[in-house]
Amino acid sequence: MSTILELKGLTKQFGGLTAVNDVSFKVAEGGISGLIGPNGAGKTTIFNLITGVYKVTKGAIEFRGTPIQGTEPYLIADKGITRTFQNIRLFKNMTVFENVLTACHTSARYGLLESIFRMPRYWKQEKELNEKARGLLEIMGLQDRMDITANNLPYGLQRRLEITRALALDPKLLLLDEPAAGMNPDETEQLMRLIGEIRKMFKLSVLVIEHHMDLIMGVCEHIHVLSFGCTLADGTPDEIANDPKVVEAYLGSDEEKKSC
Amino acid sequence: MLSSYFQQIIVLVGINMIAVLGLSILTGFTGLFSFGHAGFMAIGAYIAAIFVARLHLPFWMAVAAGAAGAALVSIVIGGLTLKLKGDYFCIATMGFGEAVRIILNNIEYVGGARGWESLPQLTSLWVVLVLAVAMVVITWNLINSRHGRNMVAIREEELAAQMAGINVFRYKMVALVVSAAMAGIAGALLGNYIQFLRPTMFNMVKSTDLTIMVIFGGLGSISGTIVGTIILTVLPELFRNFAQWRLVVYGLAVVVIMVGRPQGVMGGFEMTPSGIRKHFAARRARQALEAELRAAERESAA
Repeated sequence: MSTILELKGLTKQFGGLTAVNDVSFKVAEGGISGLIGPNGAGKTTIFNLITGVYKVTKGAIEFRGTPIQGTEPYLIADKGITRTFQNIRLFKNMTVFENVLTACHTSARYGLLESIFRMPRYWKQEKELNEKARGLLEIMGLQDRMDITANNLPYGLQRRLEITRALALDPKLLLLDEPAAGMNPDETEQLMRLIGEIRKMFKLSVLVIEHHMDLIMGVCEHIHVLSFGCTLADGTPDEIANDPKVVEAYLGSDEEKKSC
Repeated sequence: MLSSYFQQIIVLVGINMIAVLGLSILTGFTGLFSFGHAGFMAIGAYIAAIFVARLHLPFWMAVAAGAAGAALVSIVIGGLTLKLKGDYFCIATMGFGEAVRIILNNIEYVGGARGWESLPQLTSLWVVLVLAVAMVVITWNLINSRHGRNMVAIREEELAAQMAGINVFRYKMVALVVSAAMAGIAGALLGNYIQFLRPTMFNMVKSTDLTIMVIFGGLGSISGTIVGTIILTVLPELFRNFAQWRLVVYGLAVVVIMVGRPQGVMGGFEMTPSGIRKHFAARRARQALEAELRAAERESAA
């Protein structure tokens, strides 16, 4: 299987604090990979580095073989990497439909003057955008909720909308930051199925940060474990589950247990 | 025909509306607060006055030059400040507005602090009405396009907008340039209507007046901007006989709105057929969802 994203010796320092230290791993094309680790391990920092929100201190990020570090965030999105956020960030005062419609903008090419003077290309492409947004909402089962202001959606549906909005950009790589946070086991299982489905349907690669071990072990084909900014382990779910270092990072070592 | 006093009020409403619509794009839809838009008005007003009174060029050319001049200056201001995070843009615009006023105070060619009198009256009621309607249409068409939606996305959640492939800097710049050009047009019309210009006309009070009209009408609503401009332009005129008290009435109206309805007269609501339909569709969908959730709850309880 070929590689869609590769981190090479990625390092990020905030002043004297090294948040991510020499991390290297690959995300397989078409696969679902997991990024796990205790709180503060640097998982979200890695997402922020990939998407260009933070500047890389050292190392390289290669997307489909070309380096992307130092690229403006909106251009990285244009190349085909989108993400969701740990704390949901929807366009709150827009309706569900408008949230997705807005994100569809990269599929249209009409310019400012064309919209001000309502030229033919505006009408044609607006219609296409509307159809695309509607289609996506139907696939994601949000078609009955289109007119609701995003703010008024229940939590689980907000997560779902955020993923739908990310899909509107036709990404090649989808980064999910704790998509199951705050969900009950039922909802988590639904989400697992959803992630599997959209991966197939949209021919995506997925990199997911998660604390729910059921979800990670259930959907991921490959897992990378971080602890205090450093790589702790890397392998298949089975390898990770039986890795003593990982067990120690999550549960503490035997000695600590004795002292309790 | 309308009395000249009444005509004058309509012209003032129209001129204010052009400036406030522009500011509405910047503040109401893109979420950038400016306290220096009177500066762009001043640039438009003085350039237009130079064109007609000194260079004896046609009026339409003067208005276009006023708009272009304000737009060009806004590109420089935006290039310097729009990448800054937080409230720095707002503070920079405040400084810009004051700087324009003080620079004009010191240019004798345009009358300096004394002002510039006996300009020709070229702005007519019809010119103002046509331009005001044109600006409403332009604003409406811009906001209801992918470009307008991108601006609103930046206001709502800048980081998510970036992740959605929106060039935040570019769209902030577009909003600023369009709003500055509109302020420039308003300034050009104003000077050639009241026939004199004085730098103090474009002080910070004027800038905040414009911003208050946007907020009063409701951020993110074009119809709100129109309503806000009409109310807050006409109100002080109606109470002109009460001399200083009219400013109290003006202030009171603003305070009442801010306390009683902080989202402005209209909120984000548009007083148009599509806006009304959207409002009711949102309510229906929300009620349907709530009913479903309640039903699911009862089911799980049973």
